[in-house]
Amino acid sequence: MTSPESSPALSKGRSLTRTVSSKTIFSNVMTGLVVTCAILALIPLVALLYYVITKGIVRISPQLFTQLPPPPFPRDHPQFNSGGFGNAVVGTFMTVGIASLISIPFGILASIYLSEFARDTKLANAINFLTNVLSGVPSIVMGVFAYGLIVVKTRSYSAVAAGVAIAVLMLPTIVRTSTEALESVPNNLRQASVGLGASSYQTVLRVILPAAIPAIITGIILAIARAAGETAPVLFTALFNNFWNWDPWRPTATLAVLVYNYAITPFANWQELAWAAALVLVTMVLVANILARWIVRRR
Amino acid sequence: MTTNLQTSTKTNTDVVFRTENVNIYYGDFKAVRDVNIEVPRHAITAFIGPSGCGKSTVLRCFNRLNDLIKSFHLDGKILYHGQDLYASDIDAVEVRRQIGMVFQQPNPFPKTIYDNIAFGPRLLGYKGDMDELVENSLRGAAMWDDVKDKLKALGTDLSGGQQQRLCIARAIAVQPEVLLMDEPCAALDPISTLKIEDLMQELKEKYTLVIVTHNMQQASRASDFTAFFNVQANEKGQRTGYIEEHDRTEVIFQSPKQKATQEYVSGRFG
Amino acid sequence: MAPAVERNTGMSYERTQTSRVVDNGFKWLTWLFGVGIGVTLLAIALQVAIDAWPAIQKFGIFDFITVARWNPVEDIYGAWTQIYGTLITSFIALLIAVPIGVGVAIILSEDFLPERLRQPLVFMVELLAAIPSVVYGLWGMFVLAPLLQGPMTWLHQNFGWIPLFSTPPTGRGIYIASLVLAIMILPIISSISRDSLASVNPALRQAAYGLGATRWETLIQVIIPTAISGIIGGVMLALGRAMGETMAVTMLIGNSPRPSPSLFAQGSTISALLANQFAEASGLQVAALMYAALILFVLTLIVNVLAEYIVKKVEIKKL
Repeated sequence: MTSPESSPALSKGRSLTRTVSSKTIFSNVMTGLVVTCAILALIPLVALLYYVITKGIVRISPQLFTQLPPPPFPRDHPQFNSGGFGNAVVGTFMTVGIASLISIPFGILASIYLSEFARDTKLANAINFLTNVLSGVPSIVMGVFAYGLIVVKTRSYSAVAAGVAIAVLMLPTIVRTSTEALESVPNNLRQASVGLGASSYQTVLRVILPAAIPAIITGIILAIARAAGETAPVLFTALFNNFWNWDPWRPTATLAVLVYNYAITPFANWQELAWAAALVLVTMVLVANILARWIVRRR
Repeated sequence: MTTNLQTSTKTNTDVVFRTENVNIYYGDFKAVRDVNIEVPRHAITAFIGPSGCGKSTVLRCFNRLNDLIKSFHLDGKILYHGQDLYASDIDAVEVRRQIGMVFQQPNPFPKTIYDNIAFGPRLLGYKGDMDELVENSLRGAAMWDDVKDKLKALGTDLSGGQQQRLCIARAIAVQPEVLLMDEPCAALDPISTLKIEDLMQELKEKYTLVIVTHNMQQASRASDFTAFFNVQANEKGQRTGYIEEHDRTEVIFQSPKQKATQEYVSGRFG
Repeated sequence: MAPAVERNTGMSYERTQTSRVVDNGFKWLTWLFGVGIGVTLLAIALQVAIDAWPAIQKFGIFDFITVARWNPVEDIYGAWTQIYGTLITSFIALLIAVPIGVGVAIILSEDFLPERLRQPLVFMVELLAAIPSVVYGLWGMFVLAPLLQGPMTWLHQNFGWIPLFSTPPTGRGIYIASLVLAIMILPIISSISRDSLASVNPALRQAAYGLGATRWETLIQVIIPTAISGIIGGVMLALGRAMGETMAVTMLIGNSPRPSPSLFAQGSTISALLANQFAEASGLQVAALMYAALILFVLTLIVNVLAEYIVKKVEIKKL
């Protein structure tokens, strides 16, 4: 065997002791850099939460949820602190409710097909792929879609149109989390049920779905929290409404659009309401995330 | 085999590793106790014993690879040419550069064969002729003729046995003094295993080898010295490994002093 | 088989029949909704394309993309300003978010931090992704913009000769929209990069350490190259998200109809255009907006399909 002796010795005779070399410096610099990255990533979150809470909390009171938006007032006006956005809270529930009514059954049934009847087939792979593509479609395009599909045809902005746009937006999240949840149900449960003579729908509805339900609910909670904060698809589907509205076929106020509409105005009392609405939305997101973590951990 | 033994007895005075009362812990759990062993130069020392006896743990202490495990610590001394490897001023990275390691599962990088070999020398800032070093290392691992035409192929595309030889070539490219092998043939078929054993005989001309093996025939065929590790459970059911017997391989396999060794090598337990 | 009637109820046979129908019906129902996902995607594309048709006919493809004129009064439309704005804001956002996001991913996948610090960090990065876009816009307008005004003015005064800084900064513009976009896409990059870094076979790390590589040598030469396609996939997904992001950008970019090389200049993006004009548009303008939406749809579709393809390839490799 030809020995590598001709080449200069690499490691022999080197000291084993620790020395401050350019390599140690490099390592320390790099470690410092990634720690800086983590800090840089957290600064916006902390700053954002801080401002939303301190600026939003000023206006938090029961009247916020029961009264209609006030007209614009200057800061020294006696009624500066009056009014609320009760109609937008109702509208948010209405649009997200309609969206949930459409997307939850749609999503769960589709995920049952994907995980129980077609797992690993070409069709299922294609649908999974399309689901991921759908989740990448910008939310504003969903709004454009619902505008063309419903607003144009019914000749009116409406909570239904917004609900459809948001439903399409929620759909991929629900399909993905539910499929994952169903697929993680152990196979022996399936076999046990089938072995007892249960038909496939009985197996799915009585055995598989109940076993997967906590994880499915987690996904739905996160999807709803996210949907409530979505503005772009609602902007020109539900439009806005300064008054109470209970009719799903008419224009409706939502919290998210209220934040946008009031933020871009020059009126201080409206801007304050925008911050308060932002606080409500962020609180919902926070609660949903913590709740979801709690459900996952409890299992 | 006898010639091998003679050469190794000749260089017996030259001790690479000496351990003094080494105890190894994972957290509160004592994994191995009272390791006192000498590893002679230019010879193959085999660690054998039942599973959980800590033979791999001890091997990994020789190049401080256990440092990666958070709860790990040890007391006693592991002396490498008289220098304590676990002294506070020792740089673990520096240790690993001089004491190479081959793992149970072949683990080539998903890079070309050439880049796999060149990885270590590049770390050490090697300025010489890299092509030559790669060729010599591959020759050293007896695989030059197999791969000389496909140095740009991915190391991960080789067969299992060839991957393992690539890992050996990669380890010797930095010309370490010692090569630690942790069950290097466990994942290989019998023919590849024999080829690696054959290679080990060549390697010991230049390097000191310590191998962990489950395969007693391998230990008896390939090694010059054998340490038999045994394991003992305490009242809490914690299993602590220790060295039952350490001697020249022929002694361990033909006339061991301990009954447990006798039973193990004749296959009556473990 | 003996007739089930023998068992004196006569029900067993009948129930099997219904059960079979229900069973099949159920399967078909789930199939319908499964396929419905694809149909939905197709419906979105068709609906937008059909509604855009008058504008496509009138302005063609090349003119619409390359002309920077959006004039509802004369009904002449070209979306170059918005397309340019979409691309440039997304590009700058990536420039900022990729290094930081990958850095965060490294922190989260290595053991620099003890586990009890790492878990909250993961949670907080996830939270960053969950905060509504409109809230980012609000915060950007009232907190970030005043904060940046000073330093950016300084940049303009001292480096104004560089085209990038050639216009005086106002509270709105490409720079601040890009910055907020960067914050918003950071979690996507860091979480996908973290997953792909964590999925690198630990044996490779051992091998590198065994050869005497330091932690950083191992990361840079072995771990990151092995995980690189997953990281690129994550970056592509983030790019798709950045291009379609609407509210924060609409509130911060200034909605100017002219493209400018300066980062401080106001600009526009396709999504901002839609958000601003859709509610009050009529006639050909709606068609032109639909056309712009179609372009945005196609752009994000390409990016997402590529990302999907890259990420898929990584997953298959892992098996």
